Amino acid sequence: MSERIHIKPFLRLSGLEPLVVRPETNFVNVGERTNVTGSKKFARLIREGLYEEALSVARQQVENGAQVIDVNMDDALLDGEKAMVTFLNLLQSEPDIARIPVMIDSSKFSIIEAGLKCVQGKCIVNSISMKEGEDKFIEQAIICRSYGAAVIVMAFDEQGQADTMARKVAISQRAYTILTQQVGFPPQDIIFDLNVFAVATGLEEHNNYGVDFIEATRIIKQQYPLVKISGGVSNLSFSFRGNDHVREAMHAVFLYHAIRAGMDMGIVNAGQLVIYDEIEPTLRNLCEDVILNRNNDNNEATEKLIGFAETVRARGKETIRDESWRNEPVEKRLAHSLVNGITAYIDADTEEARLKYPRPLDVIEGPLMDGMNIVGDLFGAGKMFLPQVVKSARVMKKSVAVLTPYIEAEKEERRLAGTLGTESSSAAKILLATVKGDVHDIGKNIVGVVLGCNGYDIIDLGVMVSADKILDTAQKENVDIIGLSGLITPSLDEMVHIAHEMKRRNMQQPLLIGGATTSRMHTAVKIAPQYGNGVVHVLDASRSVTVAGSLLSNEQKPAFLGQVNEEYLKLADDFANKKTAKTFLRFAEARQNPAVINWAGYQPTIPGFTGTKTFAAYDLAAIARFIDWQPFFIAWEMHGKFPQLLSDPVIGTEATRLYEDARRLLEQLIAEQWLTAKGTIGFWKANRTAPDTVTLQQEEQPVHLEFLRQQAKKAAGQPNLSLADFIAPADAGYTDYIGAFSVTIQGIDTHIRRFEAQHDDYNKIILQALADRLAEAFAELLHERTRKEFWGYAANETLSNEDLIRENYQGIRPAPGYPACPDHTEKYKLFDLLGGEAQTGIHLTESLAMYPASSVCGWYIAHPDSKYFGLGKIDRDQLTDYARRKAMPPDTAEKWLRPVLE
Amino acid sequence: MQTIQDCLKERILIIDGAMGTMIQRHKLEEADYRGERFADWHTDVKGNNDLLSITQPGIITAIHKQYLDAGADIIETNTFSSTTIAQADYDMQAIAFEMNVASARCARAAADEYTAINPAKPRFVAGAIGPLNKTLSLSPDVNNPGYRAVTFDEVALAYTEQIKGLVEGGVDLLLIETIFDTLNAKAAIYAAKQFFRTHQRPELPIMISGTITDASGRTLSGQTLEAFYTSVMHANPLSIGLNCALGAADMRSHIEELSQIAVCYTSAYPNAGLPNAMGEYDEQPEETAHFIEEWAQEGFVNIVGGCCGTTPDHIRHIAEHVKKMAPRQLPVIETALA
Repeated sequence: MSERIHIKPFLRLSGLEPLVVRPETNFVNVGERTNVTGSKKFARLIREGLYEEALSVARQQVENGAQVIDVNMDDALLDGEKAMVTFLNLLQSEPDIARIPVMIDSSKFSIIEAGLKCVQGKCIVNSISMKEGEDKFIEQAIICRSYGAAVIVMAFDEQGQADTMARKVAISQRAYTILTQQVGFPPQDIIFDLNVFAVATGLEEHNNYGVDFIEATRIIKQQYPLVKISGGVSNLSFSFRGNDHVREAMHAVFLYHAIRAGMDMGIVNAGQLVIYDEIEPTLRNLCEDVILNRNNDNNEATEKLIGFAETVRARGKETIRDESWRNEPVEKRLAHSLVNGITAYIDADTEEARLKYPRPLDVIEGPLMDGMNIVGDLFGAGKMFLPQVVKSARVMKKSVAVLTPYIEAEKEERRLAGTLGTESSSAAKILLATVKGDVHDIGKNIVGVVLGCNGYDIIDLGVMVSADKILDTAQKENVDIIGLSGLITPSLDEMVHIAHEMKRRNMQQPLLIGGATTSRMHTAVKIAPQYGNGVVHVLDASRSVTVAGSLLSNEQKPAFLGQVNEEYLKLADDFANKKTAKTFLRFAEARQNPAVINWAGYQPTIPGFTGTKTFAAYDLAAIARFIDWQPFFIAWEMHGKFPQLLSDPVIGTEATRLYEDARRLLEQLIAEQWLTAKGTIGFWKANRTAPDTVTLQQEEQPVHLEFLRQQAKKAAGQPNLSLADFIAPADAGYTDYIGAFSVTIQGIDTHIRRFEAQHDDYNKIILQALADRLAEAFAELLHERTRKEFWGYAANETLSNEDLIRENYQGIRPAPGYPACPDHTEKYKLFDLLGGEAQTGIHLTESLAMYPASSVCGWYIAHPDSKYFGLGKIDRDQLTDYARRKAMPPDTAEKWLRPVLE
Repeated sequence: MQTIQDCLKERILIIDGAMGTMIQRHKLEEADYRGERFADWHTDVKGNNDLLSITQPGIITAIHKQYLDAGADIIETNTFSSTTIAQADYDMQAIAFEMNVASARCARAAADEYTAINPAKPRFVAGAIGPLNKTLSLSPDVNNPGYRAVTFDEVALAYTEQIKGLVEGGVDLLLIETIFDTLNAKAAIYAAKQFFRTHQRPELPIMISGTITDASGRTLSGQTLEAFYTSVMHANPLSIGLNCALGAADMRSHIEELSQIAVCYTSAYPNAGLPNAMGEYDEQPEETAHFIEEWAQEGFVNIVGGCCGTTPDHIRHIAEHVKKMAPRQLPVIETALA
């Protein structure tokens, strides 16, 4: 049985999904625009009964990053209870809004209670207070509690609203005592609103309001660490109404200081927050003086800020966007939106085009395809880059989504009229799948988007797809091309198998092969000979378009396939010739030539613990600092060194845009806890007990790790390496250690589905690529903590992120299935040692890919001489010995080691 | 005698299996449902199983005893639909209260008989509070998503009446179960707390059991498991758990998740697998028991049993398999954030 679970007293809220406010949450944004007192637009929509449109205000808040949504219907002209109930009931039917918790905001308690009766999730009540005395306060608190809501308590009592620090603190103390002792409120469900008042009003007695709030926050959080502090931030800048530039800067500066003092949440316009560091320094200093009431004798700081504000107003803040393209005809506008990836007008423009053309399908086949052809041409000419193409695809999909219902309706009409089926769809169909046992699909998704942009009809079967399902679907749907993807080495065998099956089924379609582990050589030597109707290795997404084009053109196809065939035959030929030229040592000889390490002069560091340690939800912000961005750009087919590629003359602008979009999504996914980082590490006593065997001492029984040894003939003095060489032999007279780790990033699926529902491949692929980066970064982070802390063999290490990426550290973390130890089946031992699937939720597929795809595992080896190396090819005699050591049938061993066998 | 809290500290408790499946075996006809008292009732009542506690109390009590024989520590009253709202289908709103009293008495008598035989294994009666046929978070009209067929106050009132009847009939616990809309459950919690407060009676422990409807891992009203639990934590329940909709195989990952986040005890009573093409449950007792045994081994559960399609045989196998297993330990509730 596992050890006891510990549960912390976090504030826990819920909509359709939970929101847990942890210390590392930093700041919870409460969306403020669904408030009739604060938003004129929202007030008008509610008054006119336009609830559907009012919902879009809520949706916008969520999209802009609001984590809780504040709803307020306090308007003299409205039936507040009815408006609250109507709006909240409608809101519950919108999953993308209802996923976040609701803050029910009213100065009338009857409206609050009416709202509480509509929401299944755990809400926040905004607010209750002691302004009408303790009895009323207690009564209302009991009611809130009986609906399970958290409460905001306004710093307000019988004497009025608290303005000074002392009053804010005193009222909060009194309310805390009543709520926790008389009502039985959990302290973490209490939120104090300490009243943000306007500063820089010209009245000197207002000048210290910012400081009062910040200092009261500090004191209350010290005394009651579990409570939360909130405030309506926009009051602060009330005297600068109409000058958003200054207001936003003031809010950012105020929040910067208040959050450091302990403020947890605030009602803000989630779309409008600027970043403290990005405020121009002059303005930032002026705001700081005003808010912290510095250099402010005789309103000096206030005057200066007002003076500055006037210059800003005169200058105007908005850079004028060139909107002249909006005056063009609708076809040009659609093309402009497609080429520039603009979604803002696509719905309206599509509708306009639909009305203009006789049939909705004409819009797709006419202006939309014309626009996408421009995209395709620009991409082909290297004038557009993959991220832009994916953005164009997003626009295309949104436009098609507008047209689809009309196309369906038209089909239905023709079906009734009996005229359907007289024409057939013209688009060629391409089936894509990641093969059985493999879970990686970023590259495949990109290929799908790019081909889709070029007018092909894509059938994407997803990941871990069996050969039968791929081929059955291909036959049923009568597809024109089949594309297979895979990232890990066992997928290569599966592809050979599928090619073989295609021949057996007597299929005609050409087969495309892609993915990180595939190669032209492997395709030529192993896959192409299985199937005679065309097998082509496709290097990347950009090539996929020309390859598909050639294969689908009746004129070009024979010549193209003939050329590929000839090329592959030559490659296979070369391969066969080279094979005989290569020389191996006999395995027994290779064993005589291990790495030479002075074990007598070595003293292993004893790890801080043996056994395992699990991290259930590691702080993503901490992990993000370890991200290596270069592979992120490679996923997008943007090659080059990071960060230099951001200023590259050719791709720099687009790379920077992509980087900014990715950073934004990264920040959001951290702030809103989309993903969970789980990891396990472990250390065990270990010695090398045979030339290629490391034996771990465990409580129950020893575990033997089997390694492979380089077998190619080496230059004089060069060792034939095996990872086992880096662990002290049993006869060294002391115990050495080995470690292992596995990490994973979980929770991506719902967000992928959401992006898919929004036709947003761009953000979907960014998210997938980020999850991969986070998994790698987490592995890097844990390796560093292992070196410095958990194992501690390099406690004084100081390395920059760049050093880490260059692997300039002591010790290594090689992964089973990768060059130094290419046998995937050793993963079973690794995962068993780490406590299995239960610890991190990583599941091993039949090909030993890890699922979720964003997972990393490996061994920890500490010796300073240990290093990464590639095994290269091995010979039969080693295979036989290895199979015997692992007690594995020889053909099973052969299957797993085929990629390294000559 | 030991309280249920004492028992939960020591061992995994067994809750009974399906009532409906057992009633079906009696192949009752319209006249059996009506009995003498409702011989002239103006609507058909066949299928109103809760009515049988009044018209055929012998059958209901006998079913309770079969489950007690099988080893159940907790039996559920025959009151899944005994609310004024659900009984409106038979125009029997006015009898709902009486049904609760009668059902609670059937179960009470059976439980007391078994406790008397073996006081070392006390038996408890849980007043079953079902989900209603009307729901507070979803609109029955696809063209009008803001519409609701019922209000929170109406639901709370119906549950208050049910709770009053259950308490009068002598239940030990309240079991809010098969929750597919969390807001309905919140109305039941609201009703219970209100009832005990206004009648100044000590609160009975509340068990809460939600239903994950399908592979999405969410309730019918769209909440994730953690969001659901967060929404009902204020009930301060004795246990939180899952029942119905899924068989044990599909319920495993959810009960595992719950065992990681619940500050209280956990319960799980799955269906006997998934229904076959004929709508029948055919997972065998030992199969269900093997799944549940593994949960116990992993330390996921404190209370286990069965829902649709399970029989006394299932319960006997489950009880046998978890007999020697340690119950899930309650988590350590920390008082500091860091």
